[in-house]
Amino acid sequence: MNTSAKTNGAETNGAGDATPTRRDFIHIATGAATIVGVGFVAWPMIDQMNPSADTMSLATIEMDISNIEEGAQIIAKWRGKPVFVRHRTPAEITEANAVNLDELKDKQTDNERLVPGPDGQLKPQYLVTVGVCTHLGCVPLFDPNDDRGGEYKGWFCPCHGSHYDNSGRIRKGPAPTNLEIPPYWYVSDTVVEIGKEALT
Amino acid sequence: MSGSSNYDPKTGIEKWLDARLPIIRLGVDTLIFPSPRNLNYWWTFGAILAVMLVSQLITGIILAMHYVPHPEHAFDSIQHINRNVNFGWLLQPMHAIGASLMFLAVYIHMFRGMYYGSYKNPREMIWIVGMVIYLLMMAAGFMGYVLPWGQMSIWGAIVITNLFSAIPPEAAGQSVTQWLWGGFSVDGPTLNRFFSLHYLLPFLIVAMVALHIWALHIPSNNNPTGISIKTKADTLDFHPYYTIKDAFAIAVFFMIFAWFLFFMPDSLGHPDNLIPANPLSTPAHIVPEWYYLPFYAMLRAVPDKLMGVITMFAAIGILFVLPWLDTSKVRSMRYRPLAKLFFFVFVLTCLGLGWCGAKLPSDLVFATGVNEAGNAVGFTFVWFSRILTLYYFAFFIVILPILGLVEKPKPRPLSIEASVLGDTKGGA
Repeated sequence: MNTSAKTNGAETNGAGDATPTRRDFIHIATGAATIVGVGFVAWPMIDQMNPSADTMSLATIEMDISNIEEGAQIIAKWRGKPVFVRHRTPAEITEANAVNLDELKDKQTDNERLVPGPDGQLKPQYLVTVGVCTHLGCVPLFDPNDDRGGEYKGWFCPCHGSHYDNSGRIRKGPAPTNLEIPPYWYVSDTVVEIGKEALT
Repeated sequence: MSGSSNYDPKTGIEKWLDARLPIIRLGVDTLIFPSPRNLNYWWTFGAILAVMLVSQLITGIILAMHYVPHPEHAFDSIQHINRNVNFGWLLQPMHAIGASLMFLAVYIHMFRGMYYGSYKNPREMIWIVGMVIYLLMMAAGFMGYVLPWGQMSIWGAIVITNLFSAIPPEAAGQSVTQWLWGGFSVDGPTLNRFFSLHYLLPFLIVAMVALHIWALHIPSNNNPTGISIKTKADTLDFHPYYTIKDAFAIAVFFMIFAWFLFFMPDSLGHPDNLIPANPLSTPAHIVPEWYYLPFYAMLRAVPDKLMGVITMFAAIGILFVLPWLDTSKVRSMRYRPLAKLFFFVFVLTCLGLGWCGAKLPSDLVFATGVNEAGNAVGFTFVWFSRILTLYYFAFFIVILPILGLVEKPKPRPLSIEASVLGDTKGGA
């Protein structure tokens, strides 16, 4: 360092080898500080677009599912999106369990798409899914009174023609995955809380 | 133009200003530069677009004085503008129809560039900057359509922002959509930021238009023959010859604009967008504005989500490299009999894709019979759009590169002057 100081800003230390000078150090330090500084300023500007604290705080809902008629579904709004709670008939449950997994694009058994009730037993009559097509986000249709539910009698997405079965599994069309199962748990036999997993 | 200037300051004030801020020189040299003497009416769409851009800026700034970017008030504020604001019934449709007509003009402008080879050496940068303008216009148009917060607004926003969820989750696909939305779904924060960006984008477009015109002033305009300017006899001054020609075309274009504005102001919109946005109910048939339909058809033509999204963006991306895909040295397709044929099929393909985009994929182009259930079966739009998508890409990747090597062009005139004076033999 002494040698380089004496050369008064020359590119090398005067001895002809490439030992960095104080000027090199200042250049690199300034450049590095600039990059880090830009990063520090850029991150708040990028992160401000993520969901705000009040949006995050509205993340759970509780609902009573006891008055859904067998064969019908209700739609609740959770995080601005629809959630389907469908009360399936015994025939539908049998059908969902009879499916050969090799036929599925996104392989899941019906039981894997359910959560246990307060007694630790699955409640296959209630299927809870996010009502958003995994293709481009439309709300798939279902009506117990007509064939709007599509070829597999589950849900049909009118936007780009995805067919789901009554377990919400993708069977035909462009959607890549099954209807999402939201985090939820049974507060009691008839009430579910959506947005939160059971604590156990 | 490079080097020389046509400006000669005469008064003392002009000389004083020219030595300090040569802004009059810039204006004069922008307007008075030699242009090919044979430009036809297809060349007036640039000026039409410039005027429409100014119209969109003015009406947009006015609308922002009355519009409220909030999910509770946005829809009503558009109704308020149309019903209560003085002349709002005129200014709001001017902005909405103006956007549509701007896309009409830009498509004609782009097809013009393709037919006459205006993207070729030495005009590649004009074309590429033009494509950037087109992309910015698509983004501005999409965000603008979301602002009225009707059913098509919100569902268009949901479908388009979900395109980004096609990015595999390992590559942070899920959080990209949350970041775009500012929440777990398209909602108030999304509307608010779209309004902000919709206000920003036109100014970026203005900056890009300045680059587009600057790049144009280096080689000057292409022309219907595609032959470069050789002598002064090939040219006319832009002003007054083309300023007047452009002004006439603008007047005719404004008549079409006025016809929509006064006689069918809602014809280009979708009736579902007069239903306030409802995030729990998807309209039976979501369609984008007409100017996005060809790309929407390509998205739906591919059965895989990620590949569909890639195909759609590739359809625009491929236009950026068009100058290097076309191997022919002859610019104008006027002298390229085969290229001309394939080009017109390409135009029909784009229109056909637009038709496919407006239909449900399962709709039939034509029926060939009925199935056991008694429903008609036949050639569906999804298959039609697959064939057209194939041709769209083949035109760029296969046809244009090969044609340049195998096609025998027709004889071209010696100069622009010779072509105007009727000597097309190429001999004199």
